[in-house]
Amino acid sequence: MIDVNRQGEVWVFAEQEDGRLSDVPLELLSKGRELADRLAVPLGTLLLGHNVEGLCEALTAHGADKVYLADDPRLEHYQAAGYRRVICDLIEQHAPQIVLYGATPLGRDLAPTVASAMWCGLTADCTDLQIGDHKPPGSDEVHKNLMFQIRPAFGGNIIATIVNYDRWPQMATVREGVMALTDPDVSRRGEVVRCAADLDGVAMPLKVIDSQRRPKRVNLKAARIIVAGGAGVGSKDNFRLIWDLANCLGAAVAGSRAAVDLGFVDHDHQVGQTGTTVRPALYIACGISGAVQHRAGMGESAKVLAINNDPEAPIFSVAHHGIVGDLTDVIPRLIKTVRSGAAQKT
Amino acid sequence: MGYDCVVCIKYVPDTQRVTGEAMKEDGTVNRAALPMVFNPEDLNALEQALAIRDARGGSVAVVTMGAPAAGEILRESLCRGADRAVLLTDRRAAASDTLATSYILSCAVKKLPHDLVLCGRQAIDGDTAQVGPQMAEKLGIPQITYVEELLGLDAATIRVRRSVGNGFEVIDGDLPILLTVMDTANTPRPPAAKRIMKYKKARAPAEVAREAAEALGPDADPDAVTAEAEKRCDALRGRGLLIDQWSLDDIDADLTWCGARGSPTKVHRIQSVILAGGQYREHPPTDEGVRELVAELIEDHTIG
Repeated sequence: MIDVNRQGEVWVFAEQEDGRLSDVPLELLSKGRELADRLAVPLGTLLLGHNVEGLCEALTAHGADKVYLADDPRLEHYQAAGYRRVICDLIEQHAPQIVLYGATPLGRDLAPTVASAMWCGLTADCTDLQIGDHKPPGSDEVHKNLMFQIRPAFGGNIIATIVNYDRWPQMATVREGVMALTDPDVSRRGEVVRCAADLDGVAMPLKVIDSQRRPKRVNLKAARIIVAGGAGVGSKDNFRLIWDLANCLGAAVAGSRAAVDLGFVDHDHQVGQTGTTVRPALYIACGISGAVQHRAGMGESAKVLAINNDPEAPIFSVAHHGIVGDLTDVIPRLIKTVRSGAAQKT
Repeated sequence: MGYDCVVCIKYVPDTQRVTGEAMKEDGTVNRAALPMVFNPEDLNALEQALAIRDARGGSVAVVTMGAPAAGEILRESLCRGADRAVLLTDRRAAASDTLATSYILSCAVKKLPHDLVLCGRQAIDGDTAQVGPQMAEKLGIPQITYVEELLGLDAATIRVRRSVGNGFEVIDGDLPILLTVMDTANTPRPPAAKRIMKYKKARAPAEVAREAAEALGPDADPDAVTAEAEKRCDALRGRGLLIDQWSLDDIDADLTWCGARGSPTKVHRIQSVILAGGQYREHPPTDEGVRELVAELIEDHTIG
């Protein structure tokens, strides 16, 4: 635990794997930039690994003022013990006020152990972060400029705003895809702070024997239009309709957890709390009832068209356009109309 | 040989079955109206522990922190095959966040022999997945999260496959170790009929006290209630049916790190997610309706 330090920096943990940054740290940097500007402090980023110095430029271009670089062969493969030691040492040394991590399998493994070692707070899976003031109930003291850690809780039925005003740093993991990824500015200049990793005497009790990662074949996050099917599609054969509609719109195909569990579509396509979070210009939800877990993954879509034969389905509560009807009837009509519309234009 | 396993379990509101009545008028969650369940992935953690014991020997103890009502899932664990159950209940533990919870649970685990500590990946009320890794840090043992399959186990090392979202890793870890187990890891065995017959009567002292008070009625002398509860506890103990109950004192927990005082995270605000409903434009499921919709989407440059 460190004391409240109003001059402390805002930090983002720069998760990398095999020398490649994923989107999450870059998304976090754009949010971190916003918070740091609001607090008028520098934005730092923590880069741990081996032979990863080449990544500093990208981090700077995405908004970092400083890159704290710990480059050590013992940090080449992530394991909580080593990463925790390096990060805790840096926190104690520099007393940042905020530390953000991606809510990835790695971030969700690492951040809690840092929080535990530092005896500080940690809020999981935030969907938004803001700066604001907090007055504890029954107290006259107002804690100014805290990080509001906003997240769905209780299965998505409530939105909780969490603060941490006495035991700093304020830490949060942030869901992938919920913060907008801004374009890099290659003219930005930043400072690289080389940090020695003091890992002597740190036991490394884990050994990675095998690691298989397949690149995601589907990039839902980049899609402008998404056509998604749920359990209401009825069968894998019927799911063909979803692909057909997507094809004629140049859209990506997604599925709800139910559709994935029923084998209609592969897990890579899953949108929702346990899948990908998307924010397309148009989200067409076909036969998706719209459980909170699903809405958590698509509620930020600019426009939602819901097609469902149940007018009471919760998906209509987040829809801008709705068609109450049998999707095996409605989708072919849509395809026909879109095709003829496109034909008219050309 | 054999492996001593401690499984941490939680009695949670069934957030997957939230209905209208489950929200109060002020928009907060009406916990009383929600059915309580055994946190689903904790059942997978329990099954993993039972499978290890059945194949390799050892023991399975389950621990839960919560109100006396959580005795329900301890009984269920005994019926499913656990050897020992511990109810960690203390008013001073109320309002603990994940950090305070992990501290308290780690104090309890330290009182039990443990080669393996198993938790579900996450609980469905908070979905934080933080308590497992935080406990591992507090216990000073390594952790492997998102475990999908046990591949090997010998005196000093465990080998597991863990999910990393877009793939998997095979990891060797030194014992003792903490694992968080995914729902894809196994199919939990159902409670065994014979064990149900035996353990349905198992109670923790706090449950016995409540039942004794109910049996003697509201006008009973408190001393008589206490005496009755003690008598009942003795009878249960004699038959091996008294569930262990520990307070924060029993586990030597430092109160600085427990309950609201030990919790750095505070709630600033809670908003309920209200289904607005009825605000969308409805288009009839006809050619004409669909044409009108598509025209509108082309018009505002959403498609086309």
